[in-house]
Amino acid sequence: MITQIIYKALLASFILVLSLVVAMYSTLIERKVAGWFQDRHGPNRAGPWGLLQPLADGLKLFFKEEFMPASADKFLYILGPSLTMFVALLTSAAIPWGPDIVINGVVYPMQVADVNIGILYVFAILSIGVYGIMIGGWASNNKYALLGAVRASSQMISYELAMSLSIITIVMMSGSLSMREIVAQQHGFHWNILYQPLGFLIFLVCAFAETNRAPFDLPECETELVGGYHTEYSSMKLGFYLFAEYINMFISGAVMATLFLGGYHFPGIDKLGLSPNVFAFVSFMVLFTKITFFGFIYMWIRWTLPRFRYDQLMKLGWKSLIPLAILNVVITGVVILLNQ
Amino acid sequence: MFTQYIFHFLSVMALFSAVMVLASKKPIHSVLFLTMTFFAIAGHYVLLNAQFLAVVHVIVYAGAIMVLFLFTVMLLNLNKDERSPKPLWVNIMAFIAGGMLMLTLIGIFRGYDIQSLQDPMSTQIGLVKNLGKILYHDYLIPFELSSVLFLTAMVGAVLLGKKEQI
Repeated sequence: MITQIIYKALLASFILVLSLVVAMYSTLIERKVAGWFQDRHGPNRAGPWGLLQPLADGLKLFFKEEFMPASADKFLYILGPSLTMFVALLTSAAIPWGPDIVINGVVYPMQVADVNIGILYVFAILSIGVYGIMIGGWASNNKYALLGAVRASSQMISYELAMSLSIITIVMMSGSLSMREIVAQQHGFHWNILYQPLGFLIFLVCAFAETNRAPFDLPECETELVGGYHTEYSSMKLGFYLFAEYINMFISGAVMATLFLGGYHFPGIDKLGLSPNVFAFVSFMVLFTKITFFGFIYMWIRWTLPRFRYDQLMKLGWKSLIPLAILNVVITGVVILLNQ
Repeated sequence: MFTQYIFHFLSVMALFSAVMVLASKKPIHSVLFLTMTFFAIAGHYVLLNAQFLAVVHVIVYAGAIMVLFLFTVMLLNLNKDERSPKPLWVNIMAFIAGGMLMLTLIGIFRGYDIQSLQDPMSTQIGLVKNLGKILYHDYLIPFELSSVLFLTAMVGAVLLGKKEQI
């Protein structure tokens, strides 16, 4: 019992550190990718290939002057970025990061919390994720920040609907709400993306809107709103908002890989014949590769597509994605019924 | 023993934030305290082994309804309490009416024997599998009827939101 608790605590801290490090280096990779797309070098002064750039950036943010608008709601102004960061780190608990590992004959699952409603847990966290942005934007007492916060909330609520509708088909096919069970059913190459390509596409588009990434980054649209919801933030509070976006990218990539790309499964998984712990490590690296792939897609699209207009965004969400998602649910239901 | 501590903590949190909903000066603070109350209640559901209900409670109330509340309050920018002070007799009437409701509630719950409740850990009714079976086998018609009711409300809202006359 005690060893299980210690193991869970270790796993949770490992995932926490992993998310933070990945988010840190995503900022560098993002700028490198941007440089590549725009035919320039990107950051390359701090350390070899600019590897120390994230550290320099973090240090700079820490030492910047802490500024708070005189008319701001003090408590809520601080609560906003803290809440955003806290919520961004919560989701990783429900994701199965790999197959079980065995130490001294005792089996340890590579998942912090195997709740039987894992998917709903992810959605609950997603739906409260908007609070940090709304509170921060309102507490700044700035019209641009408020507009950004209002945009963020309506955007996130709108795209949450299509997102949950696209997940319903996965739940219908697997008959379970547990992330572990859903991954187990995609064993080998039975990935959900092969059975639910439309659902995957809808989920991917919605994920961009939920993480406030380009082309849907209207809450922080510089051309209209100065800086959006974090206009009045400086120093590490701004850093938290920016950092949380990269953590959200990482976690949403992990959720997409888990639900649609078979989690830690890969073709030929049964033919390796490795010992359980090495196998767990290989599987974890496979999952990590998939997440990295999604991270690259995020950056690829950011530096390729221009930003949507707000009415286009709403039109896409309500008039295209939701009807498509409902159609997908109906088709899946009919196919399941016919196959029974 | 440990669950009892959590229960006390959640109860205090729920009652405190419920009182603060009424006591806060700014409407935004009231909305946020109401959200906190919902989270405390969701915690109670988890203690009752009803994880599905807890998560749905968070998704629906904290994630959707309260965000819309917050949205409206922000858009209207109700920073200060700008309502005119009410006359004394309204306050007295409100106090009497509220007090009578409270007396009724106390009267109801005094009669309850709390010990007779079933142990939630043994019934497992709050788990999604059992709940789904009951909803779709025993209570299928009420369930479908309530979903039609929700659809009606949605269509009505769209109709009200339309600008041109129909």
